[in-house]
Amino acid sequence: MTVATPAVSAPAAGHRPGFGDLLHSEWTKLRTVRSTTWSLIIMTVATLGFTVLITALTVNSWNTVSQTSRQQMIADPVSTILGAGLYVGQLAICVLGVMVMSSEYSTGSIRSSLLAVPRRLPMLAAKAVVFAALVFVVGTVVAFISFFTGAPILHSHAPVSLGDDGVLRAIVGMGMYLAVLGLFSMAAGGLLRHTAAAITVVIGLVLVLEPISSLIPGSVGKHIHDYLPSTSGQMITQGVQGSGQVLSPWQGFGVFCLWTAVLFAACCYLLVRRDA
Amino acid sequence: MIEAVELTKRYGSRLAVDHLSFSVTPGTVTGFLGPNGAGKSTTMRMILGLDWPDGGGATIDGKPYRELTRPLCQVGALLDARAMHTGRSARNHLLCLAQTQGLPSSRVDEVLDLVGLRDVARKRSGGFSLGMGQRLGIAVAMLGDPGVLILDEPVNGLDPEGVHWIRTLMRQLAAEGRTVLVSSHLMSEMSVTADHLVVIGKGKLIASCSTEEFIQRSSHKSVLVRTPEAGKLRDAVTAAGGQVTPSDDPAVLTVIDLPAPRIGELAAADQIVLHELTPRLASLEEAFMELTADSVEYGSAGDVTAGAER
Repeated sequence: MTVATPAVSAPAAGHRPGFGDLLHSEWTKLRTVRSTTWSLIIMTVATLGFTVLITALTVNSWNTVSQTSRQQMIADPVSTILGAGLYVGQLAICVLGVMVMSSEYSTGSIRSSLLAVPRRLPMLAAKAVVFAALVFVVGTVVAFISFFTGAPILHSHAPVSLGDDGVLRAIVGMGMYLAVLGLFSMAAGGLLRHTAAAITVVIGLVLVLEPISSLIPGSVGKHIHDYLPSTSGQMITQGVQGSGQVLSPWQGFGVFCLWTAVLFAACCYLLVRRDA
Repeated sequence: MIEAVELTKRYGSRLAVDHLSFSVTPGTVTGFLGPNGAGKSTTMRMILGLDWPDGGGATIDGKPYRELTRPLCQVGALLDARAMHTGRSARNHLLCLAQTQGLPSSRVDEVLDLVGLRDVARKRSGGFSLGMGQRLGIAVAMLGDPGVLILDEPVNGLDPEGVHWIRTLMRQLAAEGRTVLVSSHLMSEMSVTADHLVVIGKGKLIASCSTEEFIQRSSHKSVLVRTPEAGKLRDAVTAAGGQVTPSDDPAVLTVIDLPAPRIGELAAADQIVLHELTPRLASLEEAFMELTADSVEYGSAGDVTAGAER
């Protein structure tokens, strides 16, 4: 018989766990699956790629661009630089955010997680903190690189520097927007517990509602458009408030945080109430 | 010590678990038996705080699972082998669980050694065989060196060596004074492993007693008789109200509905020579089939095994 008698060791030492241990655990979970690395690489490449592509195209076709667009870009160059890359790059964060929660359900690892933290909410809180922190750091770094590659390209037509009003806030704001978007997606993943369904809903809210709402005429349409999750959230990445906007950058970001808080509260409630 | 009091779980209009009360004591391996769909897994999930009961409750060492501060150090559970992210390595799966309990990473390597997965610890668990996944599940259960173990079908998918290993491990854990609750549908496995049985059917308690007592309770007892005058004995036994089942060996009869002493007396009266007279108890499987016959959720039309023996 090749099997040795199983040896059960003496009681494991260790210490009484605190929230720091949960953060540590969620960080281990996040860094040990491939989807995290891949999503962040795709986000970085897509954001930088589209920043360079769109700013270069804009400069090349400057003379054919409408007068209003030109004035907008001169008034708010940082938004022009960050906007194009962010529009595409944010999708990777939506997908990653959903998967951070939904993969626990699709693989069944949620049961292990909840057996370890049976009160449930501390696990969700730790996951949210770790994930938002990671996305904020990566998002802010990518925003800075975007700005410093895009600004020289745009310089001849719409000069901008880091010291200009609202520019630094817009760049750090892109990291903040992506972090909150990550939490928004995570909450959707936790609510729907199904990867494909949650990704569809989040992308629909972020990408599809915006063009639809801009078809609604008048002040009502303007308000609806500006209060949507993605449009309100992205205002923080503008240097100045747009001429047609009803919310300032900070107000817009506040509205997006409220959307996220509501979704997250629903996610918390259902996480505790539902059978795992 | 595990205590379930009036545990109830309803799925729509169906009562999956129906006012179920039982306790599991330390120092023994308690087998948790029931036909498919009897509510074994649901009961275990309620004990572990994964499912909310619709009524009643369960405690572990006097506390509901959700109130335990270091749950993995008090209760080890194996629910299904696939409760892990397939893209994560075995070691990292154990590591993130260890961190939630404030356990050092050295403990992760200890349990990997315990279950014999050290060589594949850094491979993605999605590529594991059923048996390897089961071993990883045992490693998770043993991670916090808990005093209570709740194992749902632990021998599923294991090779004979693995089955033997689990059996030895469970007996050893119980001998160390731990509480071990293990569900299985393999009766032969339970009859050699479990000292005590909790048997449920359609969510209700059928029996909670020692394995021996459970088998005794079965009416399915028979007497094996070996005689060179089988035909003569058969007539005598049948006349006295017994029922005889012949076997492949013409000299061997199996008698039910008559106790061994009575058969001996009948043989003596007719001067029949007996070479063997052995009372036989039902196997655990037979006792189980008999006592749960009314509560089989997905029964087959003809009860093949039980029918053939009567």
